[in-house]
Amino acid sequence: MIQTDILIIGAGPCGLFTVFEAGLLKLRCHLIDALPQAGGQCAEIYPKKPIYDIPAYPEILAGDLVDRLMEQAKPFQPGFTLGERAETIIKDDEGQFVVTTNRGTVHRAPTIAIAGGLGCFEPRKPPVERLQDYEDHGVEYIIKDPEFYRGKKVVISGGGDSALDWTNFLADGVASEVTLVHRRDGFRGHPDSVQKVLDLAAAGKIRLLTNGEVVGVAGEERLETLTVKHKTEGEIEVETDHWVPLFGLSPKLGPIADWNLNITKNAIEVDTLDYSTNVDGIYAIGDINTYPGKLKLILCGFHEATLMVQSAFKRIYPDKNLVLKYTTVNGVNGF
Amino acid sequence: MSSIRVTVIDREGTSHELEAPTDMNMNVMELCKSAELPVEGTCGGMAMCASCHCYVESAHAGSMPEKSDDEEDMLDEAFHVNDQSRLGCQIRLEDALEGMVIRLAPVG
Ligand SMILES: Cc1cc2nc3c(=O)[nH]c(=O)nc-3n(C[C@H](O)[C@H](O)[C@H](O)COP(=O)(O)OP(=O)(O)OC[C@H]3O[C@@H](n4cnc5c(N)ncnc54)[C@H](O)[C@@H]3O)c2cc1C
Ligand code: FES
Repeated sequence: MIQTDILIIGAGPCGLFTVFEAGLLKLRCHLIDALPQAGGQCAEIYPKKPIYDIPAYPEILAGDLVDRLMEQAKPFQPGFTLGERAETIIKDDEGQFVVTTNRGTVHRAPTIAIAGGLGCFEPRKPPVERLQDYEDHGVEYIIKDPEFYRGKKVVISGGGDSALDWTNFLADGVASEVTLVHRRDGFRGHPDSVQKVLDLAAAGKIRLLTNGEVVGVAGEERLETLTVKHKTEGEIEVETDHWVPLFGLSPKLGPIADWNLNITKNAIEVDTLDYSTNVDGIYAIGDINTYPGKLKLILCGFHEATLMVQSAFKRIYPDKNLVLKYTTVNGVNGF
Repeated sequence: MSSIRVTVIDREGTSHELEAPTDMNMNVMELCKSAELPVEGTCGGMAMCASCHCYVESAHAGSMPEKSDDEEDMLDEAFHVNDQSRLGCQIRLEDALEGMVIRLAPVG
């Protein structure tokens, strides 16, 4: 079991800055994130885009901002549980919160900071009838272990980098047969990967079905055939063992909705005094919270994190007094 | 302030007649959000999420600027796409779009 002072759910920019502000008050933090990397939207959606409204940075790439936040948090040695979704929260006999992830990792802390942004990023599922019947029976939305596909027939859908990269990887002696289905001729992915796919197709090493879209799934117990609707050739049946639709991720509120918190329009209501929720000891900061005048901006989330940790400190140490100390006076003294 | 009238049909089929300013550098995604219609606009209007996917049902498609490569690419990854599909965030509100009718695409 992982014990900490503030358990942060969501390792986006606001969760990361919380580690620093909490560290200044000698509070330890641990972060849980469903994504395999820290950085939230900045890392997942737009790492290479510039942001212009971070104070004192006339321009900074979202990915660089995450790197700097990680560096700033480092002296306070945050723990990370990455690639796991916080699923349940319960209170134990001693009034501490116990948070368990979908993989069964257990965390315990007297205070929780939900910095869940727009929610958990989940794979976007194409609207194909009976698709869910074949999930884990031939239909997968993420490739966890390429070995799983050794010697199998695989169809991949999508036009972005992950679809192209996996096509190239699996075609290199892993899968027995690889088909890439994409709705257009053009691909969104990196030009090098696009060229590689086109070369493989020309050499007959993969089957490339452009201007096509998977519209049907069929099979007895598991997936056996896909129906691909082609712009000019009509419907084509493709025999396969696996179909991996790779259409990117989109955020869904997820388990947070079931934690007895007051929620309006997919956001948690908080008191702007300290960003506390209706459950004593649980706070919410960043894009996930709402209050009159709320703006979903990184800068605002940083402010929320700073005030929130003051309140968390008083909750953990009711008898201690807090005096504001400038970082310039004492510097940053890590753990 | 100059403005045009735009009709947005939501996912339940209800029509909303909106007064859309043309002098505020706004797009259809922002118009929907400001009218509290259920459009997420997750990427803030950078053609990176398709949460603003809609169908242009009136004859205005022709008087709009062509789709950019970014918009085409993102629509490729979207679902329920047809010939009328556009990303709302890539349609700037302009005088030429007076009377335009937009239908929100299903979420997904
Ligand atoms: C394209 C784009 C451009 C933007 N440009 C700007 C800009 O210029 N300026 C600006 O200020 N803002 C901008 N934003 C918004 C900014 O990125 C967000 O305000 C910011 O990321 C919010 O940070 P956060 O830490 O609250 O949440 P997020 O960054 O959303 O991170 C939340 C994290 O929580 C995780 N999570 C959620 N629920 C769970 C759970 N149950 N278990 C485990 N993990 C969970 C998610 O996986 C996610 O990683 C932009 C956003 C986008 C998409
Ligand atoms: S708002 Fe994201 S694509 Fe339009």
